Amino acid sequence: MRSLNALPVHELNQLLQNGECSSVDIVSDVISAIERVDDRIGAYLDYDGEHALKEARASDERRSNGCQLPLLGIPVGLKDVLNVRGMACGCASRILEGYTSPYDAYVVTRLREAGAVILGRLNMDEFAMGSTNENSAYKPTRNPWNQDYVPGGSSGGSAAAVSACEAVAALGSDTGGSIRQPASFCGCVGLKPTYGRVSRRGLTAFASSLDQVGPVVRDVRDAALLLEVIAGHDRFDSTSLNIPLSSYRDTLTGDISGMKLGIPKEYFIDGMDPDVKKTVQDAIDKCAELGAELVDVELPHTEYAVAVYYIIATAEASANLARFDGVRYGARVDGRDPLDMYGKTRAGYLGDEVKRRIILGTYVLSSGYYDEYYIRAQKARTLIRNDFENAFGTCDALIAPVTPTTSFRFGEKGDDPLQMYLGDIFTVPVNLAGICGISVPCGMSGSGLPIGLQIIGPAFKEERILRAAHAYEQATDWHNQKPEIARTAGMS
Amino acid sequence: MKYKVSIGLETHVQLKTRSKIWCGCPNRFGQPANTDICPVCLGYPGALPSLNREAVRLTVVTGLMLGSTINRRSKFDRKSYFYPDMPKNYQISQYDEPFCTGGHLNINVNGGSKRVEITRIHLEEDVGKSIHFEQSSGVDFNRAGTPLMEIVSEPELESPDEAFAYLTALKQVLLYGDISEGNLEEGNIRCDINCSLRPMDSDVLGSKIEIKNMNTFRGVHRSLVYEIKRQIGILDNGGVIQQETRRWDDDSGLTSIMRTKEHAHDYRYFPEPDLMPIVLTSEEIDAMRSAIPELPADRRNRFAVEYGLPEYDAGILTSDRDLADFYEAAAKISGNYKAVSNWIMTDMLHYLSEEGIGIDKIKITPEALAELVDLVVQNTINMPAAKKIFRILLESGGKPTAIMEDKGLAQISDSDSIDVFVEEALSSHPSSVADYRSGKKAALQFLVGQVMRLSKGKANPRAAMESLKRRLDSGDPGN
Repeated sequence: MRSLNALPVHELNQLLQNGECSSVDIVSDVISAIERVDDRIGAYLDYDGEHALKEARASDERRSNGCQLPLLGIPVGLKDVLNVRGMACGCASRILEGYTSPYDAYVVTRLREAGAVILGRLNMDEFAMGSTNENSAYKPTRNPWNQDYVPGGSSGGSAAAVSACEAVAALGSDTGGSIRQPASFCGCVGLKPTYGRVSRRGLTAFASSLDQVGPVVRDVRDAALLLEVIAGHDRFDSTSLNIPLSSYRDTLTGDISGMKLGIPKEYFIDGMDPDVKKTVQDAIDKCAELGAELVDVELPHTEYAVAVYYIIATAEASANLARFDGVRYGARVDGRDPLDMYGKTRAGYLGDEVKRRIILGTYVLSSGYYDEYYIRAQKARTLIRNDFENAFGTCDALIAPVTPTTSFRFGEKGDDPLQMYLGDIFTVPVNLAGICGISVPCGMSGSGLPIGLQIIGPAFKEERILRAAHAYEQATDWHNQKPEIARTAGMS
Repeated sequence: MKYKVSIGLETHVQLKTRSKIWCGCPNRFGQPANTDICPVCLGYPGALPSLNREAVRLTVVTGLMLGSTINRRSKFDRKSYFYPDMPKNYQISQYDEPFCTGGHLNINVNGGSKRVEITRIHLEEDVGKSIHFEQSSGVDFNRAGTPLMEIVSEPELESPDEAFAYLTALKQVLLYGDISEGNLEEGNIRCDINCSLRPMDSDVLGSKIEIKNMNTFRGVHRSLVYEIKRQIGILDNGGVIQQETRRWDDDSGLTSIMRTKEHAHDYRYFPEPDLMPIVLTSEEIDAMRSAIPELPADRRNRFAVEYGLPEYDAGILTSDRDLADFYEAAAKISGNYKAVSNWIMTDMLHYLSEEGIGIDKIKITPEALAELVDLVVQNTINMPAAKKIFRILLESGGKPTAIMEDKGLAQISDSDSIDVFVEEALSSHPSSVADYRSGKKAALQFLVGQVMRLSKGKANPRAAMESLKRRLDSGDPGN
């Protein structure tokens, strides 16, 4: 039998229900996996095994008293961007050293209500800015499939932990692809919900109009399960919308016959990794085989998406990160006067990529440049949103690659940020349009690295992309593939 | 050279809401430092603002009272600058889509009335308060997140007196609408001044000097007197005024430079992504309109017409909403409008200022005042007794009739009882009787006084005088 830490949550729920294992068993397996492999992976910034075991025991006690909850006794790892009362929340940045959160993020409250055990804080690119986890101020996270390769980012810790069987489920956040891309690089399932579907309260903001919390998990059924738990209206997040939730798991029928899947031609570009292109094409063919109807669609403003994204996201970030000033919490370097203190604190404790984006965002909002950059970007954002609306006029969902390439070696992209930003081309439009997208494993490259398939749906139609992704997943075996290191983690 | 002065005011008003603008922390003054705080008003990572609708209502009601256009759609923006008292290092404010546009305020200057145009009214958050110790500084964030309404006037005020009158009139409106506590000592109303001078014959406004963070109306007046003198001094000597921001020092009575135009902040406004635009329906606006009270100026005019009061009385009675409410309630019960006004204008206001309290703390009820006026009109009590009863009503409340009975203050008007005192007065003062009869009519007043004294003030003075005259004039000395 496989160790518990390698199973999807819905299977663990089955075992728990049948009395075939306990929450303590699950948590113990996960902790021993972390102990065995995390020095090589670097997925966790911190975890409290003792506390998790205590919570696991309490969960088992509750279950024996007849308590039934969707995640009772299931350990969940959290990207270091989510606030948990009494825990650090560092966003993998040194500037939040010493900060202990006084409150639970909305999604953390929902996890607790569902009975989940909060396990630990997962590594990420500092303030979710990056696509490789190289921007963590503490340590890089390594790709479980090949530790010379990046896990993707910014939720690289979440994806690597699930992939290496150091977590059974995790939450990440996606501003421009930060859930889908690492899920794709690490061979997991990652869902970015519609903007407004999941409350952002307690999610440390990178770009407020783009950020969403979502699950990074083993399979589509788990994505549906976790979305059911964390989604919903929060009256204290005015961007969270009061739209009824579906029972996402009930929509996983495995049947996609007649579903119209749109293939955006702009997502199959020259210079794409041929392995990615071919694998995604095979996946599309598979969907056709399953009865989906394929239609060609156009998203003509895709070429502007990366530029628009890096203007809007950095503009918002420049204001969002202004609060890290050393006055109320976190690191502080004293100065002659407040201005001197801010300068020294921020210069000393923020990383290069974060500074780069703050400077860029400050610039595009400056008087004289605002109209030229910010306003134009907002107009282009509307065009990108319209592209999707038009496309969804002729199809139910879009099917496309997640990234133009598979994972790459550490340092391979050099220090050319533009080169790095272009890797976001297929993910950022979804955030700009505020719609939903999911990444599911769809194959391996010649060099043994996972490739993801992206399915994109209209706003608040998560059930549709979950159903399509699930049908594809169940017809293939890619989601069951495990990296070699998972054996060391206790999968045997 | 003669100059034309142009003054505009940006008035910041703390709104009277129960909780802060983005969170559930209480909106109150005077708590120990950093006790009314939470992750939201401290700008903690991940904290999100959630709009207090009551703050929106108060802003819109203010706009309605000032005749502003209420914008169906408005939004919030981030105004970025670094300052230790600012939790997020951006202030959530409104840039180009405020709740209210336009409007006006009528002010009274030099016995006349002047209409001052309002540019806009928007809503924003107040910041914390820096506290400086000997070796270090601290910040109290209790005030951070207090709803703050900003009312911007056109630069149409032409003197320190007009600026003072504007603030006085504005405060009156704010108190009438129950918009703000209006307590200057607690910083409920603060303003930034801009002031420019230009030659009399010029149509172009001069360079604008801003004076920041004024928290008393008197300070506004004084700083403007100083600033205008300073600028005239520069201009008369052929100097040029540079656009700059200055600060006022109330102790020295001087303004000094804070920053020049070159160092002006670039606030980098952009739409607040954490809050959705606010759309107000006409039903919502109508509901707010129906809740606005009569404005001081309208009420003053109505008092003059409806109750036949002199302009002066109407002005004083309507200067305070509670006072006007008190008057109106008493007047309606009594029907003797002028008598009710007299009592309030003299004894009651005198008592309030003597005690240093507001009308809300007073014990007398409008019903009691109406009853007292009635007792006087009915000749049940005389004025001295009425004044005694009024004093008791002010100090302890109660019913005038009960107090009158309790203290034996009823007026004696029946002729048999009066005659007893009259006869005693005449027999005790034969010389006064003689004086009167020899033509010194003033002796009558003395004898009336004696009757009042003998009756312990209870005799009806008119009845006493008539009885005295009848006896003196008939030649009957009564003895």
